[in-house]
Amino acid sequence: MDEEDTRDFNERCAQCSEVNWGLTDGGRFYCRSCHNVTERTREVVNTDFITNSRVQTISKGLRKQEKSDGGCEWYICEGFQLVLKKQAEALEALGVCPQMKDEILCNFWRCYLQKSKQAYCKRPAGETVKTLSVCESSTDVDSDPERPSLLHLLSLSESEGDLQTDCSFASSMSKVSESTSVYSGSVDGSSYLMKNQKEKLRMTMPMTLSFCYMALLWLREPITLSELLRFVVEGHIPYLNVFQHFPEKMKLCGLDLKIFCVESWPVYEEVFDKMNELAAYLDLPRFPDITDSCFLHPDMLCMKYLMEANLPDELHNWTCRVVKKIGVGEVDFLTLMPGNKSTRKVKYDVLAAAIIVVVLKLLFLLDDRYEWLLSEFAEERNKHNTEGSPYFEFKKWYEVVKQSLDVELKKLDEERAKYLWRCEKPLFYSVKNKSKVLKRRQMVVNLQNQFGKLSGSVRRAEKPNPSSFQLSWSEENTDGSCFHGHSLRGILREKCGLLTTMNPDYWLCTVKLCNEKLCGHLAHYREVEFPQSYHFVLGLFSFLLRIQPSSIHDEVCMIEHKLFNKKLCKKLKYNTVLRK
Amino acid sequence: MDSFLEEEDVEAPAVVAVGKRRRRRRSPATRAALQPSLHLPFLPPQPASSNEHKLNFRKSKEACLSYIQDALLQKQWKRAAEFLICYVESLEKDYSREHVGPSEMIWRIGTEILWHHSHSSMKEFNCFMEQMKTLGVKRYLKVCLEHVFHLLCNGQIDEAYQNLSLAESWRFGEQTAIQDKEMKLIQAYRGLLDYYSWSKQKNILLEHEEDGFSDLAVEQEMHSYFRKAAVNLKEIIKIPGVWDVFVKCYVDLLEFYGDHNEARQVLNEYAYNSKFPANPNAHVYLYQFLKRQGESKKSLISALKILHDIVPSHELMIDFNTMLQKSKKRKKRRLGLEVIFAALDYAGWKENTKAWSCLARQVKQIVISEKHLDWIKQEWSSRKDWWPAFHFSRYLAKRNWQENESLSYEKALVAGILLGKDCKYFKYVSHQGCKAQLKRFRGLKKFVNRHNPVYLRISGPSDSSVQP
Repeated sequence: MDEEDTRDFNERCAQCSEVNWGLTDGGRFYCRSCHNVTERTREVVNTDFITNSRVQTISKGLRKQEKSDGGCEWYICEGFQLVLKKQAEALEALGVCPQMKDEILCNFWRCYLQKSKQAYCKRPAGETVKTLSVCESSTDVDSDPERPSLLHLLSLSESEGDLQTDCSFASSMSKVSESTSVYSGSVDGSSYLMKNQKEKLRMTMPMTLSFCYMALLWLREPITLSELLRFVVEGHIPYLNVFQHFPEKMKLCGLDLKIFCVESWPVYEEVFDKMNELAAYLDLPRFPDITDSCFLHPDMLCMKYLMEANLPDELHNWTCRVVKKIGVGEVDFLTLMPGNKSTRKVKYDVLAAAIIVVVLKLLFLLDDRYEWLLSEFAEERNKHNTEGSPYFEFKKWYEVVKQSLDVELKKLDEERAKYLWRCEKPLFYSVKNKSKVLKRRQMVVNLQNQFGKLSGSVRRAEKPNPSSFQLSWSEENTDGSCFHGHSLRGILREKCGLLTTMNPDYWLCTVKLCNEKLCGHLAHYREVEFPQSYHFVLGLFSFLLRIQPSSIHDEVCMIEHKLFNKKLCKKLKYNTVLRK
Repeated sequence: MDSFLEEEDVEAPAVVAVGKRRRRRRSPATRAALQPSLHLPFLPPQPASSNEHKLNFRKSKEACLSYIQDALLQKQWKRAAEFLICYVESLEKDYSREHVGPSEMIWRIGTEILWHHSHSSMKEFNCFMEQMKTLGVKRYLKVCLEHVFHLLCNGQIDEAYQNLSLAESWRFGEQTAIQDKEMKLIQAYRGLLDYYSWSKQKNILLEHEEDGFSDLAVEQEMHSYFRKAAVNLKEIIKIPGVWDVFVKCYVDLLEFYGDHNEARQVLNEYAYNSKFPANPNAHVYLYQFLKRQGESKKSLISALKILHDIVPSHELMIDFNTMLQKSKKRKKRRLGLEVIFAALDYAGWKENTKAWSCLARQVKQIVISEKHLDWIKQEWSSRKDWWPAFHFSRYLAKRNWQENESLSYEKALVAGILLGKDCKYFKYVSHQGCKAQLKRFRGLKKFVNRHNPVYLRISGPSDSSVQP
């Protein structure tokens, strides 16, 4: 019993940092290891709430059962809870440990509900509005000066509701505003978007993924954010049209669409930033340590990306040396400390990719000249080299990888163009345009069937299996397209018993970093100003991580500045001295 | 935003003009005060950095559309259909008032695919068209008309007629001006099909007449088709436009029933009403009608004169030239020379023996009579620097000789007169002709040699050396 009651409390003990809680008779948590009693008391929770999704019943009493249209009363947070549940289940099916859903994510969610005063508190924030919104269909918005106007609602940023660009929405909205009633299927849908959210973190669809990522990070699961988002796009994790899994009785309409209907893919930066905001908002303690045995450690991720980029295994030695030199492998650097504004939050996948780029720059310079020169030498040597592993030829690698990358990029582009965004369950803003929406939907289905017969290809019924590798290179292939075993001998030389690069020079992507907090970026990437080889490498990782090349470039600049910190400082000082 | 910029452009000169006019009286400061304040154009909305590359519904559909267009251009109908499956989703969000929105795109692209795809049937095509008709009120008549065209291409004339009648009875709200015009077009096409039936009946009747018996029922049916066709055809040709097919049929009907005045009026209106766009065929039809009616040379010539002004390379220019050459009036003969020279400026006439013989005949006539050499001189002066390469090269001489002996004869005569006996074309052809012991080529050589001084006078530098 004790076990069960304390399962949800995961904070580390302030004294011994163990997570081993018991429950005192007074309902307080005590640490079983050091017998430290906390101030925290056990909250009244319904342990199986996530499956029956009735958070509100706890604080709001029994819900009114049936509405006239056969739907039931429901709250926006219940909708999000269902979304999270579906996503957690999908992650579990992908092999994430079962703890994630029932313990970690569930607890984060409860914590969020409590912090945002939506449940687990004496007087939920929605209560005052609730009286208004129960009779929402007859609420006269314009007559109430306290409430923001509809126009204001519509100008909410796209990332919030994701329906900003939807002209059908806007046009149907204007029709609704004529009858001056704000419309939603949920109880608090209309007030949800209107609430002043300055001190609160309003839940959005992209934020459901922030929740998932936070839980995965807490468990140190071997999945990066870029991978998580890729699985979302590939349809392995419910996101788009997730409302079709809502029970029949949860009717979505009006402003609910603005909240749950998504018409764009989640963006890495947005999900990442929201996750950090969320962790701080929930006052979460320091996350479990990211050590060198974790998947998210740069040494591990570099190995993965080196394999995926078809680069020689020997390079791993170099990435490890860079990681060590600039200290980005340290636990304190890597571990998330919510709310600590002085540290830069780590994007593990981007960091690892950028380290590889820096190593390539160290060895090959990537200035559109030196790498080809080295490649020519390697080619010469390979002609006479019959034994042992071949010398790594940059040119050959470029040709092989470029070819596959072009094929994959083309495929990706076509897939994006061919993506079917709509699901079977049609959505309509109001009952008024229900018949029109259904008619259009029917016509779309008819046309799809008609042209489906002509397209010749049977539509993909099944999604491809999820894989963490997008490009694979096997050494079993005898066509020489795998470079994992190739040697770097030609481009290294021994100096005092240590292997160093042949290349004595280096070029910096930028001399001065921008202020990330002020300008939003560390550096600014313009393709034309950089060598082609460098751009190609960025493009390769940009494809693997599904993020913009400029994001990787920023990280490369950051690493370079850490790496050359001393030399840069000296130079700057020297310059200022000269000026004097 | 574009329109806004245009507005600024228009405004700018006006401001300058105001400044100039008042320069004398007012100081620059007051002038500046008088100028309207500068309106700055709108800037495009600044994209949030990360949202820039966000893939959303609209972008995905835009990409899809460009894939479809590529496939269509390469005639990959299967591939286009494959992408169209995904594009049709944008129908569900098409509430835009854009001129060419997704629904119009789907209609046009779908039609194209269904028409060209090897596996599609007319049944499916009809089914698609019926769906498209329900998509937009504004487009309804256009879709109907397009459907009819496809039915006609497929030889389904009865179905086409039914569709036209159906479209004609369609009403939705107040008709706009465009819809009104489209409705007229629908009616006109129905009239055309009635004409088609009429002409079928007419042929039956004519056959029967040959056999020596008359069929009253067929005749009555024919007349009823005439009435139906005439009403609609008459309507459409009142509206300014290019209605060649309708005009031709209507005139045919009128002529059959002997209403020549009406026919003449229709054709005159079609050719001369300045509200109608310039249309060479209008003059051709008028000329043909007048010719059928056995009208005077004068009216025929005036019809062709306008055609000559619009299309100097028209095939009727030969007739025109022949008519003018025969005229007793000097002015008309002068025009004839102009007409035939102008026709031969076009590559299409290059190897036309008839045209060259017209020119040769007239030039020869002038040379023999030794009157009006200045006509030739005038025509030649603007052509002498390019015709030799265009018509009279050695290569062409060789080819014309091999392919068409009489053509080379006519051309050689013209070349000999215009360029003298030493010109490449004449030399080659007359040499070949004499070698082949052809009598007329010997005559040609003699003629040119005799009149060789003419060439000097034609190509002379000033007008004064030429006798009037």
